Order: sequence, then C-alpha cells, then structure tokens
Amino acid sequence: MKRKCSCKRHIFCLGLFCFIYILFFKMLCGPGERYLPRKMAAQEVQPSETIAKLKLESETLKTKLEEERAKLHDVELHQVAEKVEPLGQFVMKTRRTLKGHGNKVLCMDWCKDKRRIVSSSQDGKVIVWDAFTTNKEHAVTMPCTWVMACAYAPSGCAVACGGLDNKCSVYPLSLDKNENLAAKKKSVAMHTNYLSACSFTNSDMQILTSSGDGTCALWDVESGQLLQSFHGHAADVLCLDLAPSETGNTFVSGGCDKKANVWDMRTGQCIQSFETHESDINSVRYYPSGDAFASGSDDATCRLYDLRADREVAIYSKESIIFGASSVDFSLSGRLLFGGYNDYTINVWDVLKGTRVAILFGHENRVSTLRVSPDGTAFCSGSWDHTLRVWA
Amino acid sequence: MSGSSNIVAMKKIVQQLRFEANINRVKVSQAAAELQQFCMQNALQDPLLTGVSSSTNPFRTQKLCSFV
Repeated sequence: MKRKCSCKRHIFCLGLFCFIYILFFKMLCGPGERYLPRKMAAQEVQPSETIAKLKLESETLKTKLEEERAKLHDVELHQVAEKVEPLGQFVMKTRRTLKGHGNKVLCMDWCKDKRRIVSSSQDGKVIVWDAFTTNKEHAVTMPCTWVMACAYAPSGCAVACGGLDNKCSVYPLSLDKNENLAAKKKSVAMHTNYLSACSFTNSDMQILTSSGDGTCALWDVESGQLLQSFHGHAADVLCLDLAPSETGNTFVSGGCDKKANVWDMRTGQCIQSFETHESDINSVRYYPSGDAFASGSDDATCRLYDLRADREVAIYSKESIIFGASSVDFSLSGRLLFGGYNDYTINVWDVLKGTRVAILFGHENRVSTLRVSPDGTAFCSGSWDHTLRVWA
Repeated sequence: MSGSSNIVAMKKIVQQLRFEANINRVKVSQAAAELQQFCMQNALQDPLLTGVSSSTNPFRTQKLCSFV
C-alpha cells in the first residue's frame, strides 16, 4: 500500500518535472527568433569588421613600407657626391626662337632626327618645325582646343596628339606639303576625360596615353585596340615617361594625387609608388640609365626618386622658387636637370649635388614644356608666350 | 551593395601594399654611387655639360645651313 502511494507520487513528480523541463526548454529555444536576430546581427557585423580589419592591415603595411625604406636610407645623394668636382659656369642662350603659334604652347617633342620638333597649342594647332632653319614643315588644325599632348613617332613619319577631345589621334606626315594631313587622321585612343600626355613606345605601332580620367592606357595604332590599361591613380594623370629601351617594359606616371607610379607594361600592375610631393606632379622623366626618375610639381620642387632604393633621394628646391615646375628633363649624362617653371624661368640643377647651376631667362610667360634633343646638343622649351625656344 | 564594393577596393589596396612592401631594395649609398658613376662615365659625351663648340653644335652656328 505504501508502494502504491510512492509510485503515484513518483509519477506525479515525474510529470511535474517534465512539465517544468518542457517549459524551461521552450524558454530556451524559443520561437526561433531569439537565435535568429543574434545570428543576423553577427552577419551584419562581419562586413564592417572586415573593412576595419583591412584598414588596419593597410595602415600596418604602409608603416612597414616606410620602415623598410627608412632602414636603407643611410646617406644622402649629395653627400655621396661631395667628392665630385663642382660644375663650372654655364653659358646657355636661346639659339632659335620658333614663332608661329597663335596661342599658348602646351607640349612639344623632338623627332629622332634631332632637328624636327612637333608642338601643340591651346588654339588647336599642331605644327612640325625644322629647328635648324625655324621653318614650319607641316601644320594641322585639330577639331578641339587645348591640345595638351603631342608626340613624334620613332620613324619620324607620323605625329600623335590630343587634348580636350579625350582622344589621341595619329597623323601620318607626308612629304607633299599641300596634302591635307587632317584627311588621313587616325583616332587611336579613347578616354573619358582629357588626354594629358602621349608617347609612342619603341615603334610606331603602339601608343601609351595618360588622361584626366585617372588612367593610363596602351593602344595598338593600327586597330585602335586597347592593349592594356593602368588603374591606380586616385585623380587625373598629368604626365608619363617610358623607361629607356634597355631597361625593359616599364613606364612612370605622375598625377594630381601627388603620386608617381611605376608600371609594368605587360601586366598592367603598379610595381612601385612614390608619394612625397605636396602637390600635383606635372612632369616625370627617367634618368638616362633607367634606374631613377625625376619629377616636377606644383609644390615648386623637383625631386629624384631611385627605383632600386625605392625612395626619394634628392629634392631640388630653393626658398626663392615659389612657382610650380611644369616640365623637367635630363641632359644626356644625367648630370644636369632642366626644369621649366611657371615663373617664366628655366632652372638648371646639378643632379648629384642638388644645387642650381644656372637660371635661364627669355620666355615671357609660363614655361609649359621642355625636352632635351635626342643627341643632347640642345633643349627646347615651349611657353604660354606662344613661342618655342631652342637653347644650347 | 556598397559594403562589398568597399571591401573589394580595400582588398586591392592591401594586396598592392603587400606587393610593394616585399620588393627588394638596395641601400641609398649603393644606389647613389651607381647614379654618380653613370654621370661620370657619360660626362664627356654630354654636349650640354661640356659645352660643345660652335663648329660642332648645329644649333650654335650663326650661319644657317641649307640641306640639299
């Protein structure tokens, strides 16, 4: 009898226990929504966590990059060059003045024959000159104004130019002076903003362009096909220069994002990047050996970057120079750096010692473009004063 | 989905930085010495540096030559 009573009790307790357990279990697992909101919340947190993680990693990498570069900064270029004999007085004068443009000269390039020059201006005119005689050999009127880029083909048989039309067009030069060059024009490059610079590669078959749309591009002249594009600048790309042919398939570009980037032409990848300028980089030019390049910027300085040391190795500046450098080029040996400035002057720098060796006056407005001739016997400058000057 | 495009952009930046951080570098002293050596080796062939005389520099001649 006692057992019966205990069984009943047991059953009752068991039942009660089960009831409580079920109640408790329901509270735990819910109507599912209790867990789901937590899981969804966890998923929402992941993207911003990932971005934060990536940002942290990019900051860490940037610091590491600076540290690696700093480790190798054991000496300054001008200290290494202390034992080099200083340069003597330079006498450089305007030997030819090319007059004929009706407006600001924006760009110029030498032909490989060392005597012909192509120049382009704001009024849309592109003129081919014989620099020895100052005669105009060809003239083309572009359909757009502000022709900011022009280049001579290696063969000397064509010129490329472009600007506000967002295109780069190639004009074959004919020996017949009466022939209308515009009729044979070939549109090669298409950008979504102005063309800032163009250059033929080693042959007449390919053109490299840079644009206000922030990209550079490599084009096939014959078909107009885009062969490679280069993305990485965060703002307008203003200039580019191809590495001397011995050093391989790279080029350097400079832009309004204050960065100078070195690119591999075959893969489209940016292999090195330099950001020490304080304003737009207007001009970049390789050192003749291909191991370094110089840049001219609106921050009134020119700088030299060594590619193997992966850092800036010299700054060419003076307190008295407050206007931007628009264009730079090296002499044949790389010892002299010529810089055209917005204060109408051309400053000549000793690349190794970092000092200015000459200041050239003559232009009556901003110097916008400057190139040394292929054999190094002279250099030509173009200016907003509508003229070009050949100095030697 | 601006979230995922931001991630893609950031990943590219990080990848690029990783690549740049790993390149081989030489000391500035060595790089500078090589730049200087190049200058010295080519100094004599640099007309603007050495100042070529009027007779050899076509731009310095006062008389204009006509090429036949």
